[in-house]
Amino acid sequence: MRVGVFICHCGNNIAGTVDVQKVAEEMRKIPGVAYATTYMYTCSEPGQNEIIEAIKKYNLNRVVVAACSPRMHELTFRKTIEKAGLNRYFLEMANIREHISWVGDDRELNTKKAIDVVRMAIAKVMNNKPLYSSSFRVNKRVLVIGGGVAGMQAALDCADGGLEVVLVEKTQSIGGMMARLDKTFPTIDCSICILGPKMVDVAQHEKIKLYAYSEIEDVKGYIGNYQVTIRKKATYVDWKKCTGCGLCMEKCPSKNAYDYFNFGIAPTRAISIPFPQAIPKKAKIDPNYCRYLTKGKCGVCAKICPTKAIDYDMKDELVVEEVGAIIVATGYSLMGVENFPEYGGGRYADVITGIQYERILNASGPTAGHIKRPSDGKEPETVVFIACCGSRDKSLGIPYCSNFCCMYIAKQAILTKDHLPNSQSYVFYMDIRAPGKGYDEFTRRAQEEYGVKYIRGRVSKIYPKGDKLIVKGADTLLGVQAEVEADLVVLANAVISNPDAAKLAEKLRISYDTFGFYVESHPKLRPVETNTSGVFLAGACQGPKDIPASVSQGSAAASKVLSLFSKDMLESDPQVSYVNPNICVGCMKCVKTCPFGAIKEEELRDGRKVAKVIETVCAGCGICTSTCPCGAIQLQHFTDNQILAEVNAFVSGK
Amino acid sequence: MNNKRYAYYSGCSLESTAKEYNDSLKEIFKVLGVEIEEPDDWSCCGSTPAHTVDPLLACALGARNLSLIEKMGLETVIAPCPSCFAVLKRAHLKMKKDPEMRERINELIDEPYNLRVSPKSALQILYEDIPPEKISEMAVYEIPELKVVPYYGCIVTRPKEVAEFDDPENPISMDRILESAGITVLDFPFKTECCGAAFGVVKRDVVNKLSSKVLSMAKEVGANCVAVCCPLCQQNLDLRQDQINSLMKTDFKIPVLYFSQLLGLVFGISPDKLGINKLVVSAQWIVDSLKKAEKRGKKIKEEPEAEEEQ
Repeated sequence: MRVGVFICHCGNNIAGTVDVQKVAEEMRKIPGVAYATTYMYTCSEPGQNEIIEAIKKYNLNRVVVAACSPRMHELTFRKTIEKAGLNRYFLEMANIREHISWVGDDRELNTKKAIDVVRMAIAKVMNNKPLYSSSFRVNKRVLVIGGGVAGMQAALDCADGGLEVVLVEKTQSIGGMMARLDKTFPTIDCSICILGPKMVDVAQHEKIKLYAYSEIEDVKGYIGNYQVTIRKKATYVDWKKCTGCGLCMEKCPSKNAYDYFNFGIAPTRAISIPFPQAIPKKAKIDPNYCRYLTKGKCGVCAKICPTKAIDYDMKDELVVEEVGAIIVATGYSLMGVENFPEYGGGRYADVITGIQYERILNASGPTAGHIKRPSDGKEPETVVFIACCGSRDKSLGIPYCSNFCCMYIAKQAILTKDHLPNSQSYVFYMDIRAPGKGYDEFTRRAQEEYGVKYIRGRVSKIYPKGDKLIVKGADTLLGVQAEVEADLVVLANAVISNPDAAKLAEKLRISYDTFGFYVESHPKLRPVETNTSGVFLAGACQGPKDIPASVSQGSAAASKVLSLFSKDMLESDPQVSYVNPNICVGCMKCVKTCPFGAIKEEELRDGRKVAKVIETVCAGCGICTSTCPCGAIQLQHFTDNQILAEVNAFVSGK
Repeated sequence: MNNKRYAYYSGCSLESTAKEYNDSLKEIFKVLGVEIEEPDDWSCCGSTPAHTVDPLLACALGARNLSLIEKMGLETVIAPCPSCFAVLKRAHLKMKKDPEMRERINELIDEPYNLRVSPKSALQILYEDIPPEKISEMAVYEIPELKVVPYYGCIVTRPKEVAEFDDPENPISMDRILESAGITVLDFPFKTECCGAAFGVVKRDVVNKLSSKVLSMAKEVGANCVAVCCPLCQQNLDLRQDQINSLMKTDFKIPVLYFSQLLGLVFGISPDKLGINKLVVSAQWIVDSLKKAEKRGKKIKEEPEAEEEQ
């Protein structure tokens, strides 16, 4: 056994609080260590070359790199020793940066701990076995979850790249939040005019299979080979027959259904098509409001439908699709007004949210694009916008910035002036956050060209007085109380994750943060990957994002899938469980505990039944190894013997 | 749940300026089957002066009273005055969260306080422990002309972490209680605006100006009566209504009643027992407009005991 130990300074990151020379010195004393050295940046090209040369010069057959977390550079150094002819699993990394130098500043103690940690790695590497990956076929179909602008972009890019795409959208139509917007900042171009053609492309693309009004029920399998169960929710309308003529919507007598598309700013019918550009343009019945489904009487739509598409007995349907990769683009939700009791908490009809105002501004919205306030349909003269409603408010559990509100407030204030030249808009804000290209100029324009009055301060209360709303707040720049008599108040309510985000994450086995946003693999270097290989992220499901950022991520996720699928075969990770059939007693406890269904029963030639691991399905979590009563099942690269060797090295101090 | 016994910490206001709050609460408690027991030898809660001077003193004064109540073996104390309530609850929470503080306070007071008492406002008891149907059944009278705005004041539901009750910005408990007694309650945007509190002593015009805003808003929304749950609010709005009128050139004549007085009236309790005559702005017209609520009243009048179930 000839172990080489390479201790990294990481500039001052490690060497600043760990005596790396001393660590190297101590390591040289360990039997089996043929070479130990330190280097300024081991991960740099000369650093890696030094490892390769040392392997050759000192005839090393095992390597320990004491540096950063293996999450950072394990793969880098595995490739390095492979270049020098060693099996890549003859490498161990000792994490002396994240676990030692970054967390403690006592040089002596840090050095002592580093010596222990590196010694443990040496003990482990001496017990390492060469491992070889096998390869498996990739199913080159991709699932995109969410038909907002990020998901659509991802689906189109994948499809244009020749991949078959399954696009699953929770609501009745694709388009997401962007389809609801009137104009987009900072160019004030019509949102649906730029999104509509993309939606049509999605609908017409021969490689894209769209499941609208459907949700993900279950996800099985692994990178390259997923089986996804999709729940097609009952629409009570046969979409094969529905032509989208809209006759049913005109005649439906149930006129007070909640309009999800318009965020409840006006009611819709129990059977409806959400907006003129909807894709698919098909009607759907809301069973909570349909008179036939709630009371058993009515049936007007069934009578009127020229193609006899209404089917009151329709049930949810489950379909299974097989794909090789998944792009998650499920978007975001908005905090409800009930969280702002000081602003009426929903009691005042003329206190609305930004997205509701967007619908009022929109030509296909409930007021056909005329600004009329909800209470009495009057044109407002004074409009007040309140930024950061919930955002950056720890008392509501939202410490983060919602990213795009400053910009859409400026846009809506500009549009208000365009629609109603005699109107005056006010914006209560904390800071103006406009860091994008052309963004700051845009908020300036709102103030300088459109005369929008920006007041820096929070609003403490809104109350009605006659048919006006009194907005009471602070002007922190002038140091006075500010009071505005408004006709309409627009709240920039916080961006939050979808209520079912956690549930979906658990199905996909990806991580999510405290706020329910999905966590990327690395915040800078792997922004659209997740820690589950084969699952990618795009758009606001990862955090609040505006349109250009969401579109970029959609394309980025698609390019990740395309490069993944550029190979026909993928290499499996050999760090999986292995059952020793000579020890296994066939109790099958492991079969029951495996969360991935990766272990099955197998009959040997002598008739004995033992457990067997399906290598490609095993995720290497190790639950089975701690379940097995006789130690027959071992996680490769983390066997009992390897771990015990580490423990021994630590407790014996040798 | 019914006929649960509570400790009752009246505090100094309810013994003096807010005697009618005390009387009316005790009357309606009798009707609703809320049994109360007052601790012997209770002392001043310290109110605002104590905590402005010394937080330790404020906590100790609260804790002393809590330890007396603890010895009575009752788990809940009703503190009708929001200031007493806030002091008791703060002392309780402070000692619960900070063991060191608990030790220091327990050294200062005669008997240690072991955190076994839960201080609640009268509002909270009526809202959480008394089913609304019961209040409804007991309301044998109605006042059709009466339009009430509920005024909660600043501390009965705030801060959220201390009050642990209702909504800090838009409380609704008093609304619901009065509504279940058949009283018309109007939506009031100034439920928690400041009345000026104790500033009446040092800077009277501040209180007059702030209280006048509350009364204007009450008038604005069409109310002819303000319901309160705090002696200081009552004083600022009722006793000082004349001062407000002369300073602000207004002509308010809005009776300001404790919510317990309003409940007492519709429960059919004699106005004298409820201290209606103690109000500065006369509420006589309210008394005069009392009418038997035929439908609801009958059954209860005949069988006063039978309302327990349901």
